[in-house]
Amino acid sequence: MSERKIVIPGEVIEKGNDFLPGEGTEKRGEEIVALKYGLAEESNRLVKIIPLSGVYNPRRGNVVIGKVELLTFNGWVINIGTAENAFLSLMEVPRFVNKDALDEVMDIGDMAVVKISGINNRGVDATIKSRGLGRIDEGLIVSVNPNKVPRIIGKEGSMINLIKDETRCNITVGQNGFVWIRGDKIEDELYAKKAILFVTEKSFTSGLTEEVKKWFDGGGK
Amino acid sequence: MEVENKMATKEYKRKDGRKNNEMRSPIVAKVGIVPNADGSAMFQIGKTIAIAAVYGPKKMHPQHSQNPEKGTLRCTYNMLSFSVSDRIRPGPNRRSTEISKITQWALDPVVMLERYPSMVVDVYIHITQADAGTRCAGINAAAMALAHAGIPMKDMVSSVAVGKIDKTLVLDLDKYEDSEFDEGEGSTDIPMSFTRSGELTHLQLDGKISKDQLKEAVKMAQKACEEIYEIQKKALKDSVGELK
Repeated sequence: MSERKIVIPGEVIEKGNDFLPGEGTEKRGEEIVALKYGLAEESNRLVKIIPLSGVYNPRRGNVVIGKVELLTFNGWVINIGTAENAFLSLMEVPRFVNKDALDEVMDIGDMAVVKISGINNRGVDATIKSRGLGRIDEGLIVSVNPNKVPRIIGKEGSMINLIKDETRCNITVGQNGFVWIRGDKIEDELYAKKAILFVTEKSFTSGLTEEVKKWFDGGGK
Repeated sequence: MEVENKMATKEYKRKDGRKNNEMRSPIVAKVGIVPNADGSAMFQIGKTIAIAAVYGPKKMHPQHSQNPEKGTLRCTYNMLSFSVSDRIRPGPNRRSTEISKITQWALDPVVMLERYPSMVVDVYIHITQADAGTRCAGINAAAMALAHAGIPMKDMVSSVAVGKIDKTLVLDLDKYEDSEFDEGEGSTDIPMSFTRSGELTHLQLDGKISKDQLKEAVKMAQKACEEIYEIQKKALKDSVGELK
């Protein structure tokens, strides 16, 4: 199977023992069966399913954008649009924080870029011990379907770099579907927002990067 | 007496001219019709239309209903007040509560919620137009909506009803056959749901039927469900749009 195809739950993707079941699939006897609705893809004999719809499920290492919902005595509870809220511990902040002044780092209602450091049975743990992570002070946040995030980023960041260059904005794409845009002028930010919404709308077109280039050449129309 | 005997031997002829093993038409299935839901689908068979919307997995609330071992499937069936010609009182009632439970049981064997402990997947089914067979249409729509929401499932579920009209078995009853026909032995309807692999996940029967005839009815429904499965499959695949 060289081509990707859409499968539905219970559908047989491959027969025989030449393949290994990956994410979203299961081996039943000699057959590899899909457990999810999405695109079936095979690489190095491993068959997996890329979901096309549904909710975002957090993974370790994902950079996400969320809203601070609660301050506890030792950290922050951040809503990242999943069933489980993420917890950012005081230990995961790269500088000294006075325990009485947690709100000086982040207060309720603030937006923040965080990285998921781990998922355990108690919930999702987050960290801001990396470059580019932390509270969001300025700019624009756009919410898109999390399943379209790979298209916004493009192959090795080709799409997002194109948008960054064309709009002269700095853009952070959270895996949970929140996109943070900050530019020098509000017009630039709105232009970048328009471009991102264009990508999500046309996410099924092939050669999308070319299409977006044309869109920019035409001045965003 | 003579008249009654005649009635008993006479094969029931369907009013709308369908064959005994023929479903209503059109059968229409669509996916992704509720923009705010995580997954959604519409299923129409004849004049019956069901819309299903799936939300979640999300944290189960209230906390005491959480199951820390695995996730929960929660179905809510609702007939809209304008779905029948006499306005029905909106809100939950005895019948809708029962059908909600039945739908949940029909889908529970296929959804795999082991990876979502303490969470719930909500399925809301709305009947916008009712002409018998609403629970089956609801289950068909719900199965598609669950798949569309990216919920892991072992298999798809398709559902159809078989009825015994007097002594004849017919597929997919309409309103007249289901509730108005009262000659001879009257009508009995048997809604059933099958997975793609042919396993029965739900069967309801209140009425009298012989063992042999019931077996025949199950076979009839199973065959029809294969047809419905193909329609559900096509709807899910077509919803993606043109792909490279």
